[in-house]
Amino acid sequence: MKVTLNVWRQRSPNDGGSFQIYEVDEVSPDMSFLELFDVLNEQLIEKGEEPVAFDHDCREGICGSCSMMINGRAHGPESGTATCQLHMRKFEDGATITVEPWRANAFPIIKDLVVDRSAFDRIVEAGGYITAPTGTASEANLILVPKEVSDAAMDAAACIGCGACVAACPNGAAQLFTAAKIQHLNLLPQGQPERWSRVIDMVDTMEEFFGSCTNHRECEAVCPKEISIDFIALMNRDYIRAQFKQRRLTGQKS
Amino acid sequence: MTRLHWSPGPAAAPAPPVGKAAGSAANGLNGRIPEGPIADKWSNHKFDVKLVNPANKRKFRIVVVGSGLAGASAAATLGELGYAVTMITFHDSPRRAHSIAAQGGINAAKNYRNDGDSVHRLFYDTIKGGDYRAREANVYRLAELSVNIIDQCVAQGVPFAREYGGLLDNRSFGGAQVSRTFYARGQTGQQLLLGAYQALARQVHLGNVELHERTEMLDLVIKDGRAVGVVTRNLVSGAVRSFSGHAVVLATGGYSNVFFLSTNAMASNVTAIWRAHKRGAYMANPCFTQIHPTCIPASDDFQSKLTLMSESLRNDGRIWVPKEFGDERPPNQIPEEERDYYLERRYPAFGNLVPRDVASRAAKHEVDAGRGVGPQKNGVYLDLSTAIARVGRDVIDERYDNLMQMYERITGEDPYVAPMRIYPAVHYTMGGLWVDYNLMSNVPGLYVLGEANFSDHGANRLGASALMQGLADGYFILPNTIGDGLAPLLGEDPVPTDDPAFAEVESAVSDQVKQMLSVKGTRSVDWFHRELGKIMWDDCGMARSAESLEKAIAEIPELRSEFWRNVRVLGENESFNQSLEKAGRVADFLEFGELLCRDALHREESCGGHFRVEHQTEDGEALRHDDEFSYVAAWEHTGDHAQPALHKEALEFEYAHPSQRSYK
Amino acid sequence: MTKVAGDLTDAPASTRRRPAPFVVTFYRSAIAKKWLMAISGIILLGYVLAHLVGNLKVFLGKDDINHYAEWLRELGEPALPHEVLLWGMRIVLLGAFVIHIVAAYQLTMMNRRARPQAYRSPRDYVAADFASRTMRWTGVIVLLFVIFHLLDLTFGTVNPGYESGNVYRNMIASFERVPVAIAYIVANLALGIHIFHGAWSMFQSLGLNNPRYNAWRRYFAMGFAGAITTGNVAIPLIITTGIYP
Ligand SMILES: Cc1cc2nc3c(=O)[nH]c(=O)nc-3n(C[C@H](O)[C@H](O)[C@H](O)COP(=O)(O)OP(=O)(O)OC[C@H]3O[C@@H](n4cnc5c(N)ncnc54)[C@H](O)[C@@H]3O)c2cc1C
Ligand code: FES
Repeated sequence: MKVTLNVWRQRSPNDGGSFQIYEVDEVSPDMSFLELFDVLNEQLIEKGEEPVAFDHDCREGICGSCSMMINGRAHGPESGTATCQLHMRKFEDGATITVEPWRANAFPIIKDLVVDRSAFDRIVEAGGYITAPTGTASEANLILVPKEVSDAAMDAAACIGCGACVAACPNGAAQLFTAAKIQHLNLLPQGQPERWSRVIDMVDTMEEFFGSCTNHRECEAVCPKEISIDFIALMNRDYIRAQFKQRRLTGQKS
Repeated sequence: MTRLHWSPGPAAAPAPPVGKAAGSAANGLNGRIPEGPIADKWSNHKFDVKLVNPANKRKFRIVVVGSGLAGASAAATLGELGYAVTMITFHDSPRRAHSIAAQGGINAAKNYRNDGDSVHRLFYDTIKGGDYRAREANVYRLAELSVNIIDQCVAQGVPFAREYGGLLDNRSFGGAQVSRTFYARGQTGQQLLLGAYQALARQVHLGNVELHERTEMLDLVIKDGRAVGVVTRNLVSGAVRSFSGHAVVLATGGYSNVFFLSTNAMASNVTAIWRAHKRGAYMANPCFTQIHPTCIPASDDFQSKLTLMSESLRNDGRIWVPKEFGDERPPNQIPEEERDYYLERRYPAFGNLVPRDVASRAAKHEVDAGRGVGPQKNGVYLDLSTAIARVGRDVIDERYDNLMQMYERITGEDPYVAPMRIYPAVHYTMGGLWVDYNLMSNVPGLYVLGEANFSDHGANRLGASALMQGLADGYFILPNTIGDGLAPLLGEDPVPTDDPAFAEVESAVSDQVKQMLSVKGTRSVDWFHRELGKIMWDDCGMARSAESLEKAIAEIPELRSEFWRNVRVLGENESFNQSLEKAGRVADFLEFGELLCRDALHREESCGGHFRVEHQTEDGEALRHDDEFSYVAAWEHTGDHAQPALHKEALEFEYAHPSQRSYK
Repeated sequence: MTKVAGDLTDAPASTRRRPAPFVVTFYRSAIAKKWLMAISGIILLGYVLAHLVGNLKVFLGKDDINHYAEWLRELGEPALPHEVLLWGMRIVLLGAFVIHIVAAYQLTMMNRRARPQAYRSPRDYVAADFASRTMRWTGVIVLLFVIFHLLDLTFGTVNPGYESGNVYRNMIASFERVPVAIAYIVANLALGIHIFHGAWSMFQSLGLNNPRYNAWRRYFAMGFAGAITTGNVAIPLIITTGIYP
């Protein structure tokens, strides 16, 4: 196979940046999209040009490092797949592929295709945890969690924090990321004591950085872990309820 | 040979002398194992260690490098205790550490299945699985703590798999005859790491942990024999900066990537522990590397890493090759009687669940014999059809869904239609920096956790035990033992980073960076890495011989000197430069690989993941030599031009008596 | 507020918002704004439906619709004075309208700030549809239309044959102008598209989500938008083309 790559090159955060066109021959259909970039980079190094910077690490679709806008879609054409798991067999021979970095105010570009996603860490720091200092835990099987609940929590917890939801959202909103973390914890019995403060703190932090949700559903469509926007609805509900809740009474069962 | 590359300090000065190396007893290394019966050692020890009073904890600063399971859990717990923690990781977020990729599960001796498990059995299985090359006391402690880890993780909200009654589910995992593995779909490592990361995030928010992402530790600073800090490079700005503390904790993961192709994340490397080694820390058992039997075979020469398919697949999958050599038929058309289920045939008791090394060598045996399958003839089949027929596709889907999708995505083949193809790949490294029972290296003040240390797994690690070890180290062991080293320092400030000890190391780090940029040769960093990988895999891989190892020991220095003559690193230091990052890591692999081979050469026996073809039984099984090699080999760096010095820590087995493994 | 790349670790974490009275802090949140948009949206949907039902009376004849208009003014009597309930409803409606628009405007601004630099290559949307991506434009069209509609049929300022109280006549007078009828039709198509997304979206914003009925949220939105659009478009269409009366 042979492909033409149209890649965004930007030297530094404040640099203008532009698309550059590169031809790559000898592409194997079994190659992953990032291996294509490895080959491109070898080619560039040979020519004495600086290789294209891109984030990647596990190459198994789990670390959430890889992040490319491929032909106008976050993580490219295959649904439920991170860039590193996308293979060249999904493209036609001779295709022209345009690759851009994620674009959002909270994700400043560091170089080429690499962006800074630390705003996500700030959201988690605001409340994306269950306070359980080491040593305080009781016997694990004392906490019963219905399987449906545990499965739903796991569906949410599967988020890899890649930022595709933000990248794809026409509003640059991080609702899917935030909702997934909030609901992973809020659905579980262990997460109940901090449920209401968690949702308020995390949402408020999220809104300092990101846009708002207008229910385009684009995030769900590009999410490599196919996390459902149902969690966004649950987050919205928890948020509004938390606002009106008389929290002193939340320990009482009805 | 003139070595062009950088060495610590000016003009290849020997590594600064290490003060009173902990436990450098006359007749070898001393692991400082507490007295008493094995089941009481840890409790006794917790009573014996010096404590730091709660009000004084915040006066101590601890630098933690690495945010994987071990580092994140340690930093979070130390923060909770009140210590002032500096967390350094080269990732853009602590959540991206390589631990995220672990799939299968985590062991714990809960005996929820009432199937005969116990702390003692987990201890025994781990020692035996490690082929009697691990410390009994450490392993016992690990087994003891395993139950607390599960409690801790559940309290944090880790969504482990559950049964319909709401209780935790378990499965059995490679090599174990009890069901003691806890799992969260195929993403156990991710969920455990997120748990630790979230606990860490809480401490960051509370101001107890200072987080420095995209910051790579490039050297260790030692003053008056103590580890006093690290020198780092900011990967975005290129700025070289020192961090000082009363103790330094390295939790920087394993070095599988010395083989180039491995299941480890692309950025996993040996730099942190290698540079600590060059500053005086001993490197223990580097030749103990593990090959994982169930990875997807490489598809072509562009392959950048190998993908693991969780070993749990072996619970339901049957492994086979065609009996006929060069059988070109698609697998479905090969009738039952023409298939060789070679593991079931050779090991009737354990069948497809034999330990990793046994399964791996068996696969290599079949492929080398020319019965490999797939386009490159480099795999064996893992067939789930029997299990699907038995329990139904839905159950298999539920158990392995994401693995099936992963396989299909990578290979373009549907594993429900044709059996999967698998082949072994380097996966885990048991070796690492030597540590004592407190997890402190021979350099006072330097602690090493997780895969980066050598403890607990001996010559071979059981499946689902690395996560357990990383979390035991970070949540429970270090927080209890670090006080012992810190208490005597009460009242002392950390060494300021403008101290000459820091300045010297900083300039060495900057010099190396400059040197790499100035070579301006013709070959890319990846080229060197790939070449090194070839040497390591061919000559020091699944089967090693004196001859192959000597060849490797001759070739690696040549490659290394070519690196320093001919590497091409473009761009500059002052900006984000991934080639430069990688160049530093490959430079270290090029040095470390040689030590790995030397260790393999010196260990004239086969044990666990270390298989020397000269030492095997008539059936081709590993042959240990307990009389000669029942020790930990800890190597001391004695200068760039000198041979490393070997220190031995004798291993004694009081509770688990060495026997030759047999999985027949 | 966002950290500067290159100085990743040393920038302080974002500053917290200052404390303020509950209503203010509540309204600051985008999720609360969306919630208010959903609540006001429901009020507006209710209105649109009632308005349509009433106006369809035009097809029953002059007396029916004029009678209906009179009934509206008398609503609530004798408990309330003449037109009070009507005015009450108008105020609620106006309030909902204002909230809906102000919140939408503020959220739009927030979203612009969230991505100051657009993608340089064309986007390939997977799920975001025409309706969801044109909410602001259909919203603006509807707003302009409402203003015109009030001037036309409520105040009569732009209606050539306005006669207070004679709804029937005013409608006929208005729709006899073909361009006006076309404008009405276009605006109502825009309203339909707006409702198509909004009537589904409000369930999400309100957090009404349950696998048992999730699919019905879409059907509801389609049905509602379809019915309103058909009805609203039918009136000018049928009157202008002279099919009726
Ligand atoms: C594919 C795969 C599947 C696995 N599955 C299982 C399983 O099912 N069960 C099991 O028990 N084990 C499993 N393992 C093994 C297990 O995941 C690892 O051994 C374990 O996670 C290692 O954790 P760690 O904390 O020691 O290091 P890591 O998670 O590797 O973390 C190292 C950290 O150190 C940082 N770092 C390294 N060097 C530097 C430096 N110089 N400067 C700054 N930061 C640095 C990195 O940023 C990273 O954060 C698996 C491993 C792989 C590869
Ligand atoms: S590289 Fe880890 S998710 Fe793609």
